[in-house]
Amino acid sequence: MNMPDPSPAALRKLAPVLTKRWLSPDAWRIDVYEQLDGYMALRKALTADPDDLIALVKAAGLRGRGGAGFPAGLKWQFIPQNDGKPHYLVVNADEGEPGTCKDLPLMMADPHSLIEGIIIASYAIRANRAFIYIRGEAVHAARRLRNAVSEATSLGYLGTDILGSGFDLDVVVHSGAGAYICGEETALLESLEGRRGQPRLRPPFPATHGLYASPTVVNNVETIASVPYIVLGGAAWFRSMGTEKSPGPKIYSVSGRVHRPGQYECSLGVTLGELIELAGGMAEGHQLKFWTPGGSSTPMLTAEHIHVPLDFEGMASVGTMLGTTAVQVFSDADDVVYATYRWIKFYHHESCGKCTPCREGNYWMVRILRRILSGAGRPEDLDLLLDTCGNLLGRSFCALGDGATSPVTSSIKYFRQDYLDYIEGRREPIFQDAAASGSSSEATDAEAELAGAR
Amino acid sequence: MTFSESTRERAREIVARYPEGRQRSALLPLLHLVQSEEGYISPDGIAFCASVLGVTKAEVSAVATFYTMYKRTPTGEWLISVCTNTMCASKGGEAAYQALVEYLGVEHDGTTPDGKITLEHAECLAACDYAPVMTVNHEYFDEVTPDMAVELAKQLQAGERPVSGRGARLCGFKEISLQLAGFPDERRGAITDGLPGEPTLAGNRLAERHGISVAGFDPDTPIPATRPAGDAGGAGKEEAKP
Repeated sequence: MNMPDPSPAALRKLAPVLTKRWLSPDAWRIDVYEQLDGYMALRKALTADPDDLIALVKAAGLRGRGGAGFPAGLKWQFIPQNDGKPHYLVVNADEGEPGTCKDLPLMMADPHSLIEGIIIASYAIRANRAFIYIRGEAVHAARRLRNAVSEATSLGYLGTDILGSGFDLDVVVHSGAGAYICGEETALLESLEGRRGQPRLRPPFPATHGLYASPTVVNNVETIASVPYIVLGGAAWFRSMGTEKSPGPKIYSVSGRVHRPGQYECSLGVTLGELIELAGGMAEGHQLKFWTPGGSSTPMLTAEHIHVPLDFEGMASVGTMLGTTAVQVFSDADDVVYATYRWIKFYHHESCGKCTPCREGNYWMVRILRRILSGAGRPEDLDLLLDTCGNLLGRSFCALGDGATSPVTSSIKYFRQDYLDYIEGRREPIFQDAAASGSSSEATDAEAELAGAR
Repeated sequence: MTFSESTRERAREIVARYPEGRQRSALLPLLHLVQSEEGYISPDGIAFCASVLGVTKAEVSAVATFYTMYKRTPTGEWLISVCTNTMCASKGGEAAYQALVEYLGVEHDGTTPDGKITLEHAECLAACDYAPVMTVNHEYFDEVTPDMAVELAKQLQAGERPVSGRGARLCGFKEISLQLAGFPDERRGAITDGLPGEPTLAGNRLAERHGISVAGFDPDTPIPATRPAGDAGGAGKEEAKP
C-alpha cells in the first residue's frame, strides 16, 4: 500500500507510552516484561508513602480513561483511611462501549503493566484485595491475565509481604457473562457480588460504600496501566503530553472508513483530522460523513469538527464527550439513520430494565426508527423521538439511558434531511415491515439487504 | 443429573477465591462452571449453584437469565457469534450473519439439528478495528466476509479446528466455559498463541518508522514527599471528609 506519509504535525501527536511494549511479541511473559523495565515502578512505589503516591497521581492530572474522565488521584483520595474496613480496588475491564477496543489488546499484549498498576494503586489506597472484572467474551485476554497473576505471584510481586514491604495483595480475575451495563461501575459491583448487573443509587458512592459496602476504587484498565509510567517518569513528564486540563497519552481506537483502522496512542488533544492522517487517510472512495469521538454514547460529530481537539474540554465545547476515545469513522456510504437504529437496538438489548425511562424509551425508539426505515415514518416521528430522548436524558437511573439519547439527538441535529428522505419517500425503505408500529423490531431478516447494498 | 466430583471440587475452589462471608460473589463463575459440564444452564445446574451458595433457586435463576452468555437451551459444541453492532454491520457483518443463517438453516440462538453449531448475532465485541468480526467459542476471526464465515462453519462441521487470528486454537464450548469459570487453559501453547494483528500495532508501527518516542522520560524521577513539607494539597487530609 502506497500512502502519503502523515504530516509532521500529525506525527508529533503520536505518544507511544502504554502501547510501546506491544511491539515486543513476548512482553506478556514476566521475564520479558522485567527486561523491558517491568516491575521497576513497583519497587520504586513501595519505598514511597502511600499518600505521596496519591498526591503524585493527582499532580500528574491523570483522568479516568473509561469515559467519565474523573481525576484518578481524587478518586483514590476519597477512600477513607483508618476506618477499620477492608478496602478494594476493582478494575473495570468490561470493555463494550460500541467502538471501544483498546483495553483488550492492552491486556493481551502487556498484561503485567495492568498487574503492576494494580499493585501500586492498591498499595496507595491500602487495599489488600483487587478484582479485575473482565468482560466474559474476552477469553483470550483473560487467559493472559490469569497467567500474569500466577507468574507475578510466583515471583513475589503478589501475595503476602510483596518484595519484603510488608504489603499483601491478592488479585482475582473475574469473568463477566455478557452484559454491557456491567461497565457502569455500580452495576459492575452488583455483578461482582453475584447479582443481576443493575446500577445502584448514588450516593453513597463506591468510595465509601462500594464492593461489600466497603471503600472501593473502580478504575478503567487504561487508567491503572498509566500509573507505573507516572511513578517512573513523574508528574511533569506525564504533563508534557496532552493539554493542561487533559494531560497524558491516550489510546485512540480508530475504526471504520479509514485506510488503516487501529490503535493510535497520541497526546490528548489530537484532532480527528490528524487521526485520519495517521490512519492513512479515508478509505478509497469514502468521504467523511459522521463520526463518534468516544463510542456510540457520545453525540456524533461531522466533517466540520475535524479540527476540534479530542480532549475532555474540546469535545465538551462542541456538545459531545471524549468518552472512551473510540473514534468510529463513517462515510457517505453509511446510512446515518440505519446506524442510529442499530445503536438504539443495542441500548434496548442492553438496558437492564431497572428504570422505566430507559427500558421503555429504548423499546419505543427502536420501533419508531424501524418504522422510518420501513418507509412508514410520519412527519411527527422526529419530534416524537426527540421528546422520548427528553424523557431519558437526565431521567434514567444511570448513564446507559443518557447515552442512548446521544445518537438519536445528534443525528437528527446534523442529518435531519436523511430522516426526512425516508419519511417523505425520497429514499427506498430498507425494511419491508408492515407499517404498524407494533411490527416485530427484533427481526433482523431484512437487514442483510442493507448490508448487501454497501 | 448429579454433578461430577471434579465439578464439586472446582466449585469449592471458586468459592474460596472470595472473602469469607462474601461467597455469593462466586455465582457468575459457578454458572460458567455449570455450562462447562452441561453445555447450558440446566435446572439441575441452578439447583447446584443454589445449594453451593445457600441461596434460593429463584435467586440463581434471576441472575442466570440476566446475562447473555448463560444459555437457556443446550448449546452446540461451537458457538458462533457474529457482531452486528453498527460498525461491524456496516462493514459487512450483517451480510456474514445472514449467510450463516442461510447456510446453517438456523436463526439467532438456534442450534443445528446435529447439536454441533449454535449461531447468534452479538453486540459489540470490542474489536472494531478488525471489523467485521465474528467469534467461535469467543476466539476472534477478523475482517470476515460472508464466504469466509460459511467456510469456517464448514470446517467446524468437518471436525476441523480452524485457528483464530489473535487468540488460541479453538476448544469446545464446555472447555471454554471452564476457563470462564476461572480455571487456566492447560493446553500446551494456548497462552502463547495470539500475536497482535496489524490494527493493534498501527500507531506503534508508524511511530517506529518515523523514529518517534516520548522525550524526557527519566525513570529515576523522585516521588515528591508531601508530609514533611506540610503541603496543604497533601493526601493526608481526606480523613476530614464526611
